[in-house]
Amino acid sequence: MSSITSDLLAALPIEIVSLFALLVMLADALVERSTKLCTWLTIVGFVGGIVAAGFTMLWKLPGFNGMIAIGGMPNVYDIIFCGGGIMTVLLSRDYLERIGGMFDEFYTLIAMSVVGMMLMAHATDLMILFVGLEIMSICFYVLSGLVRGRLASNEAALKYFLLGAFASGFLLYGIALVYGSVGGTSYAALAIGAATTKFPMLFWSGIGLMIVGLAFKVAAFPFHQWAPDVYEGAPTVVTGFMSTAGKAAAFSGFVGFMMPVVASNAAGLPNVRAVIAMLAVGSMLIGNITAIAQTNIKRMLAYSSVAHAGYMLIGIAAGNSIGWTGIMYYVAAYLFMQLGAFAIVGMLERENGGNLTIDDYRGLGRRRPGLAIIMALFMFSLTGIPPFAGFFGKYYLFYAAIRADMTWLAVVGVISSVISAWFYLGLIVNMFFREPNGDEAPTPVLTGLTKVALALTIAGTLIVGFIPEWLIRAVGK
Amino acid sequence: MLLLVTLFLPLVVALILSLIPAGNTSAHRIGAAIGSGLTFVVSLALWFSFDKTSPAFQFTTNVPWIGSLDIGFRFGLDGMSLLLLMLTTFIMPIAIMSSWRGIRDREKMYYIMLLILQSGLMGVFASLDTFLFYVFWEVVLIPMYFLIGIWGGKDRIYASMKFFLYTMAGSLLMLVAIVWMGHYAEVQTGHFTTDLQKLLHIAPSIPFEAQKWLFLAFALSFCIKVPIFPLHTWLPDAHTQAPTAGSVVLAAVMLKMGTYGLIRFNLQLFPQSSMYYADFISVLAVIGIIYGALLAMVQTDVKKLVAYSSIAHLGFVVLGIFSMTAEGVQGAVIQMVNHGLSTGMLFLLIGFIYDRRHTREMADFGGLAKSMPVYAVFFAIAVFASVGLPGLNGFVGEYLTLIGGYTSQHLTSRWFAIIGASGVILAAVYLLILFQRMFFGPLTNNENRTVSDLTKLEVGLLVPMVLFCVWIGFQPNTFLSVSESSTRAVVGVIEEMKGEHRYAAEVNRRMNGDTSHIAAPALPGAPAASPVAPPPGATIAPAPPPVQVTPAPMPSRP
Repeated sequence: MSSITSDLLAALPIEIVSLFALLVMLADALVERSTKLCTWLTIVGFVGGIVAAGFTMLWKLPGFNGMIAIGGMPNVYDIIFCGGGIMTVLLSRDYLERIGGMFDEFYTLIAMSVVGMMLMAHATDLMILFVGLEIMSICFYVLSGLVRGRLASNEAALKYFLLGAFASGFLLYGIALVYGSVGGTSYAALAIGAATTKFPMLFWSGIGLMIVGLAFKVAAFPFHQWAPDVYEGAPTVVTGFMSTAGKAAAFSGFVGFMMPVVASNAAGLPNVRAVIAMLAVGSMLIGNITAIAQTNIKRMLAYSSVAHAGYMLIGIAAGNSIGWTGIMYYVAAYLFMQLGAFAIVGMLERENGGNLTIDDYRGLGRRRPGLAIIMALFMFSLTGIPPFAGFFGKYYLFYAAIRADMTWLAVVGVISSVISAWFYLGLIVNMFFREPNGDEAPTPVLTGLTKVALALTIAGTLIVGFIPEWLIRAVGK
Repeated sequence: MLLLVTLFLPLVVALILSLIPAGNTSAHRIGAAIGSGLTFVVSLALWFSFDKTSPAFQFTTNVPWIGSLDIGFRFGLDGMSLLLLMLTTFIMPIAIMSSWRGIRDREKMYYIMLLILQSGLMGVFASLDTFLFYVFWEVVLIPMYFLIGIWGGKDRIYASMKFFLYTMAGSLLMLVAIVWMGHYAEVQTGHFTTDLQKLLHIAPSIPFEAQKWLFLAFALSFCIKVPIFPLHTWLPDAHTQAPTAGSVVLAAVMLKMGTYGLIRFNLQLFPQSSMYYADFISVLAVIGIIYGALLAMVQTDVKKLVAYSSIAHLGFVVLGIFSMTAEGVQGAVIQMVNHGLSTGMLFLLIGFIYDRRHTREMADFGGLAKSMPVYAVFFAIAVFASVGLPGLNGFVGEYLTLIGGYTSQHLTSRWFAIIGASGVILAAVYLLILFQRMFFGPLTNNENRTVSDLTKLEVGLLVPMVLFCVWIGFQPNTFLSVSESSTRAVVGVIEEMKGEHRYAAEVNRRMNGDTSHIAAPALPGAPAASPVAPPPGATIAPAPPPVQVTPAPMPSRP
């Protein structure tokens, strides 16, 4: 029996973050010079979300008549989203003030997008998945265009909105077809219907369309073309947030509805897995190869994020418990290293959006050895060099592939890792091995908030690698 | 515990140094030297408390890391890894102190990198967990990448990228193999594991076809590192461009990671595939010996010459390893140490002259024996050690590896050893030419007339190396006895396997109706040292998997 009280208790993490998102909105409207207050309110909200997620971690029960699930993996995702939110908020103050994009709505939007993400992770019904995705996406559209004065920012927002609307359409159409074939939108109906449906053609077309929609959101090949433009144009802190927490959320939703489909062991499943494997191969290779040719660091990181989506798709193609854990592990690792990298990119960016080419990083190791070493750490981690977080993520995903008898996929994964070393190390070469080219950017002043955020990303990149056991245990239960 | 202290002491010192401001360069120099010196002292305790008679791993620790995947901080040493660990702790303080004069830029980072490198290298030799081994294997790349890239020569960027990408490309396939084996263990026993000692028990049951792939994945990674022809092209670049200490460590210790891996993983985990591929790899090794020597002959850059000579010298090591005889493997192990000492010394000496003259072109020298007599003496010793003059260390190793290659029953031909032996002569040619051009003849270049001889510090760094060269030359048993029981254990497993193969091959032949060659078949597991050695050039029966007794198409051999 599920009473409304237990439902409300179970959804506590989502509610807390929603509540604070609304409080921030009020504070923004009612209090004068509210930036500081909004910052802290948002952070408190996220911390509350993390605490609540930890609190309900072991519950393992459905809520709201099977619309959402509580406990275990979704809660770990909650922590990842909220953690990403905290770091983004900490980083954003300096950055937004510098480039003239300091609007307090920023905080509401970040908090609301996290609510959407949490809904996606907790969803056990396709409708909730869709609602969550839309909440998140709409916040992202606005966030991309936050800096009104910048043409690139406007372009990014418009592009993202138009293409994102298309992708949502695909997803929704897929959901409709699935509903038509199995007669329900809950994951439970999916698990049963996948094998027993009388309209397998309809069902798998629906699943295919949903994959298209989500592949767009995670920026997987061949639905990745929007990513470089949007990542480049959006304010850097927002880019960091979108490419980490946003990707994590899309994957949490992806995993969520793939798990029952895989569990059904239906006849069409091998084909779907093969298709996803192809998406993974394409993303890894195209993402990494294209990234080599980039001269703008944000575009480079954008293409590399396509490749990282490819690595994570390995986990879905493998379709076993290690794969699901592996993806969760990878997005956690990715959160720290990618957000850290964007944090540094943001710090070095100039007010007019300059100082963003890879050549601008020449000699950084001499001018700012500390920042350069931290950046190198993130680059090594993104390449997948142990003992940093990225390596452990890849290890799990490759293990998942081998376990699913897809050793070839792991081999493609390692080959593309070598390709990725080329451009990640290229940045290190510029920072340490080359001398500055004269035109030196003013060295940024780090404030307390930024320092804390950087420290968090560094600690994450190191600790996720060194003490990975607890994360796995948390999901295993 | 002692082992853990040794492994992580340099890392701890590196952490402490990172807290000292960069301006205080003397603190960094001395701190690094003390840190690595202390490590050497601690490692001496390992040396003296090591039980030579036991082939088992000693000083073992097992701290769980990722429990669900049975990955742990498993460390331990056998005789072979102890020798290489001691080589590392011995070379490192010398490398650090040799940089005091030459390195003037970003010293803090430099010494921290060297210390991290030391911990990484020792970790590679001491890991008893495939996952952990891989972690250390890759960790080593990072500091070396920076050492070459920041403090290297003119083409340092090209060299460092090439070094990194080559090594990484090889090692990632090894990662796939490591995971694959862990998963195989999971299928067999229900638990994923990367514990080397558990895997040693499980590995023989892996189907031969899969084993061959695993062997190749590991071998590729190690062969790039050694390097074996045709995967060697990164080495001359990296060696030439690296700063002196980098070259010393690269030659003395890092290349040994590859040869060590070939013994520890390829030979121990996949004896069957090792037999299958022994000829193939030995051919490459012999090509490496000759090719490296020929290329060394035409070099005009002294450092490049020594770099190519490394390829040749390590060819001997690989030949010894894949002879899979007790002599050959023992020779390979001692030759690893020898090469570390003699080539390390050569790179050190070249670094010393480069600090003074800022050139490495042979043509710029000549007659140095007159202006730098002490330097000339040390250079002569290093050259002779490298050539393999009896009484110095190089002779022992080359002799043993060639004996191993000659008597081996796993190699189809004795020509490997015979052609390999000509590499010794070639080495004499190019190294003596080098010596003659640098030290004899008239003092044509004015700068050579005024160049100062070695300082006390430099002599102090070289003397211990010379001592060990002579010690190994005259009393190799001190060192050979340390690794003996562990190499015997490695070879013993292979011999045992071979017995089984003989048996299987015999059964095959009978079932095919061929009764002409029936000798008394050795029983599975019986000691296989056959009393009658096969005639020269005889082909040893190809080796199908031991369990498979049905007639199968024989794998063809080169």
